[in-house]
Amino acid sequence: MLRRLMAAVAGVALCGALAACGSGGSASGDDDAITMGFSQVGAESGWRTANTKSIREAAKAAGIELKFSDAQQKQENQIKAIRSFIQQRVDVIAFSPVVETGWDNVLLEAKRANIPVILTDRAIDSDDESLYETFLGSDFVEEGRKAGEWLVEDSKGEGTVNVVELQGTTGSAPALDRQEGFQEAISGSDIKIIASQTGDFTRSGGKQVMEAFLKSHSDIDVVYAHNDDMGLGAIEAIEAAGKKPGEDIKIITVDAVKDGMQALADGKINFIVECNPLLGDQLMDLVQKVVAGEQVPKRVVVEETTFTQEEAKKVLPERQY
Amino acid sequence: MTTTARDALIRAGRSRLTWPVLALVALLLVNVIVTPSFFDIRLQDGHLYGSLIDILKNGAPTLLIALGMTLVIATRGIDLSVGAVVAIAGAVACTSIAGAADSGGAAAAFTGIGLALLLCAVLGFWNGFLVSVLGIQPIIATLVLMITGRGIAMLITDGQIVTVNNPYYAGVGAGFVVLPVAILISVGMFALVGLVTRRTALGMLIESVGINPKASRLAGVRSRTIVWTVYVFCALCAAVGGLMISSNVSAADANNAGLWIELDAILAVVIGGTALSGGRYSLTGTLVGALLIQTLTTTVYTTGIAPEITLVFKALVVIVVCLIQAPKARALLRRRRTPVAPPNAAAPPEPAVAVETTPTRKVGQR
Repeated sequence: MLRRLMAAVAGVALCGALAACGSGGSASGDDDAITMGFSQVGAESGWRTANTKSIREAAKAAGIELKFSDAQQKQENQIKAIRSFIQQRVDVIAFSPVVETGWDNVLLEAKRANIPVILTDRAIDSDDESLYETFLGSDFVEEGRKAGEWLVEDSKGEGTVNVVELQGTTGSAPALDRQEGFQEAISGSDIKIIASQTGDFTRSGGKQVMEAFLKSHSDIDVVYAHNDDMGLGAIEAIEAAGKKPGEDIKIITVDAVKDGMQALADGKINFIVECNPLLGDQLMDLVQKVVAGEQVPKRVVVEETTFTQEEAKKVLPERQY
Repeated sequence: MTTTARDALIRAGRSRLTWPVLALVALLLVNVIVTPSFFDIRLQDGHLYGSLIDILKNGAPTLLIALGMTLVIATRGIDLSVGAVVAIAGAVACTSIAGAADSGGAAAAFTGIGLALLLCAVLGFWNGFLVSVLGIQPIIATLVLMITGRGIAMLITDGQIVTVNNPYYAGVGAGFVVLPVAILISVGMFALVGLVTRRTALGMLIESVGINPKASRLAGVRSRTIVWTVYVFCALCAAVGGLMISSNVSAADANNAGLWIELDAILAVVIGGTALSGGRYSLTGTLVGALLIQTLTTTVYTTGIAPEITLVFKALVVIVVCLIQAPKARALLRRRRTPVAPPNAAAPPEPAVAVETTPTRKVGQR
């Protein structure tokens, strides 16, 4: 009896991924439900918490069983989480990589276990593209481009426009790409970046840098901040200098978090490019397709928009984050 | 006449403060050359406005925290948890104010500030307890709070950036009474500590604990109480610094507020000539050190040094200042300056070096 049982178990194991999936499913009592393991970066910002919430809610709505793990911004935690997802034989693994490199080994383990991997929000740096099915995230270059295009349109016929740039954390993907896209969009116009410095994506960083810029440059027309928080810091610096943010000096930011949208509606910021954390529904859609074996594009861009002051006033009451 | 001038020069050259002060002046000069209007100060809406004022305002938290750190280091300790305490103070104050019924009122602001100071005093009490009662090495004891503190701050703010809109609270870090309120607080605390430790025996007691805790205890100094007190004081300084940082932007950012400020504070103390091995300490040195660090940051912003090489630039300045302060490097420099002097004239620098490296010194000497 025991021998027969063991033979059956061995047989199931030999049958490969599909059979293994079936036996895993029967253990949890429901054959049809998809199980997804998700490893989040952490809870470092309002943006991230909104991202987590969106994924949880979308999973519930789509009837996908979610195993959620918070990596507290450490790669080793994330690798541990992915290994445990592999052991639990989930149907699909999704994660937002804390850093870009060092994923080859653990993703190879997932590949050998026949578990598809989806990257969200952040990309990985690997030569082997077969390690993941698809990358769902924002196009930071496009965000920078949108910001630049708006400024080109807005400042038409105004002669030379002097821009100071508040960069994100030096070397981070959003900082590099948002700078690149913006420069691409303004090239050939009368818009000039006269100073550029990192504010580390923080309010106090943005404020300190802007204070210094205001003293070393008397001819600033526009501030381009890589996120809302630095823009909010810049607003305070501009006000302390006795100028009116949004009028004397125009402000363009990226992200569209609540405080930023509020400032936009109040007329202190002129334009915000959205960086949308609410990618839950798109993710669940991809998960279902990947599990069903359908072909998905290697790169899926999150649906994002832009906001002017009037649009901000309209949508502000229903913003989730 | 010339000999007295030379004596003064030699004395200045031997003072540990000379080089940091020179570095500070050099940095300011670089700024003026790049931005001729750097020293301009004008009156804007009833308060002073200019780059120098910015240096004072933004340097105030580091200065205050370095002040607490100086006393801790003088007792042969170190407090790595100040950055976490900064985050906690801001988180507690902002969360309390945002949750108050009248979140724009004075009462809410003072309740928030009071709560933050109270909690941070408790945290300092904890650090002091670990070090002075349980005898855990300071670097380990305060590492506990350094790691967990940010978690506590995150827990308080729920991982969000808490924004407040309270003019009274904003006054602490961004307000002006002609000069920035923040620097007035820091300088006030500085003067107070200077008065209390240098005009009474307290300063000497702190130094004696730092030089030899056992001997000073046997001599009747209550070393446990002193060590315990300096940790509470350091945490309070960090708390006020945290209030300044968070009120400057009217928001509490548990992740980034005061990140690595413990290292800035320790650096300010070291640049100021206080040895990490404890004992003698220099409050004026710490003041110069903290201003030097903030001027360095402002220089990077105003001179337009590319963000990619900012850290390298800062590292270079710090390395040069530290090297030039090292007793051996200074002895080398001095010898080079008097290469042809007769042997008996070249002798004096040797004992001078020996004196500088000895941690003991006369009471009351600054």
